[in-house]
Amino acid sequence: MTRPRPSRPALPAQSLPAPPPAVNPETKPFWDATAEGRLLLKRCLDCGSVIWYPRAICPQCASLRTEWFEAAGRGCIYSYTVNHRGEGAYQGSPPFVLAYVELAEGPRVMTNIVGAQESDLDVGLPVELVFHDTGDGAALPRFQAVVPRGDTVPPGTARDPDGGSPGDPH
Amino acid sequence: MTIRGTAFIAGAFEHPDRKIPGKSIAQVHAEVALGALADAGLSVADVDAYFCAGDAPGFGPISMADYLGLKRLRFADSTETGGSSYVAHVGHAAGAIATGKCRVALITLAGLPRSQPVPRPSASALAPEAGFEQPFGPTTVSMYALAARRHMHEYGTTSAQLAAIKVAASQHAQHNPNAMLPRAVSAEEVLESPMISDPLHRLDCCVISDGGGALVVVAPEVAAALPRTAVQVLGHGESPKVSAGGPIDLTYTGAVWSGPRAFEEARVTPADVDYASIYDSFTITVLQTIEDLGFCAKGKGGAFVADGSLLAPNGRLPFNTDGGGLCNNHPVNRGGMTKVIEAVRQLRGEAHPAVQVPDCEIAVAHGNGGSLGTRSAAATLILGREDA
Repeated sequence: MTRPRPSRPALPAQSLPAPPPAVNPETKPFWDATAEGRLLLKRCLDCGSVIWYPRAICPQCASLRTEWFEAAGRGCIYSYTVNHRGEGAYQGSPPFVLAYVELAEGPRVMTNIVGAQESDLDVGLPVELVFHDTGDGAALPRFQAVVPRGDTVPPGTARDPDGGSPGDPH
Repeated sequence: MTIRGTAFIAGAFEHPDRKIPGKSIAQVHAEVALGALADAGLSVADVDAYFCAGDAPGFGPISMADYLGLKRLRFADSTETGGSSYVAHVGHAAGAIATGKCRVALITLAGLPRSQPVPRPSASALAPEAGFEQPFGPTTVSMYALAARRHMHEYGTTSAQLAAIKVAASQHAQHNPNAMLPRAVSAEEVLESPMISDPLHRLDCCVISDGGGALVVVAPEVAAALPRTAVQVLGHGESPKVSAGGPIDLTYTGAVWSGPRAFEEARVTPADVDYASIYDSFTITVLQTIEDLGFCAKGKGGAFVADGSLLAPNGRLPFNTDGGGLCNNHPVNRGGMTKVIEAVRQLRGEAHPAVQVPDCEIAVAHGNGGSLGTRSAAATLILGREDA
């Protein structure tokens, strides 16, 4: 695993439910890290693919040699929807945003966008990671629109992580 | 080796009811099984192969063969690829018949999601992806909404174009006395219906219905001895679509693979197709599928559907003339069975006269299972008139 970066303490989930994830021995390291404010990804040690969702096998080359590494926690919206009809833990919730975010590292992950007005949402919108505590030893990786902190954007954290738009088709 | 011409659909039956209180799921399987066998002119005693999917209660074909009294089985298949299962089953049955494993295959679907709601199977906590998706609240509609949004972003598809698909289905449904939504609707009504998961409105969604259907697939010599007009199985293709750990792409379906395989086996092209049953869990499902099957270029589905191409009997690609899942019936949230059944009606010349395609010789029945927003399976069947 790469050196841990400064963690992001989990925020209260506010009005959005934060149901606990299903955890198994294969995925426990991922969820343990979320409780420490870190988003882990898997990388294949043989072909170098970044794997999402995390698993023991590389689905690109079938290698069982994979390692965890920490994601930067930045990306762009690949697609989103405002869901007016929640089910399960979300039944009766106010409309909420389900999205795929394309991480700077490549994977497109299912998540929620929080703290945004519907009119602000757009495919390609730069977003950054926040964690919402499930109260069960894990935290959900969710995303919010990138808000510049202070006067300058620190080096290496530009709004457009790859110098292009990760939301665009490949 | 090919299945082309080695098997015929001799019997098809769609349960007439859309809400069935007071019956068990197995009982409805029995009703549709007997309906399809009667349509073929066969009986339970003739069945030597049985196919069912995840809707079948109990231990798949073991429970159902026991319940139905199928005593002569020498082949069983419980391929479970969601709503596409039954389209795939026809291909599997044809393959089994072609290799001499069986002669009379029965396929059944039945369920009661209105009377006895059940959770979405993919929501199982044991699914390997469960932890990384379920906590964020995905619903079936919202996952298709994600696909619709991305298609709109990349190709400029509009909600009004999606609405045109529902309008065409509703034009057809008004001729179906069993349709759950038999009234023709306008594009404005679709766009003004309640937003379920942006950009999909209530009328972009299929109906939720109790019911079911069944098919009987037989060897050529069995078909030849039956009084009823049968339908030829010409080609079949299927493909799960997965992201396999790479970035998911929400703009296309597994039809990009299942379609060409089926057309190649059938030795026809999309231009030869007279009628198409297109999986229609949501309007976006139809739009992506007609692109992926090659009826129009990728990204041009919006323009294709907006100019009346889908309307029977004279559109460029008459589709879902029973009203489809969008208006008629989507039993057990699985539309593949009814897609095959309406294609059989068209090829027999037994669709409603108002929507019967004249001289219908070649038909497609396409199913999709799972979710366009995550992982899915496509199955394409090319069928031909008995004498085609």
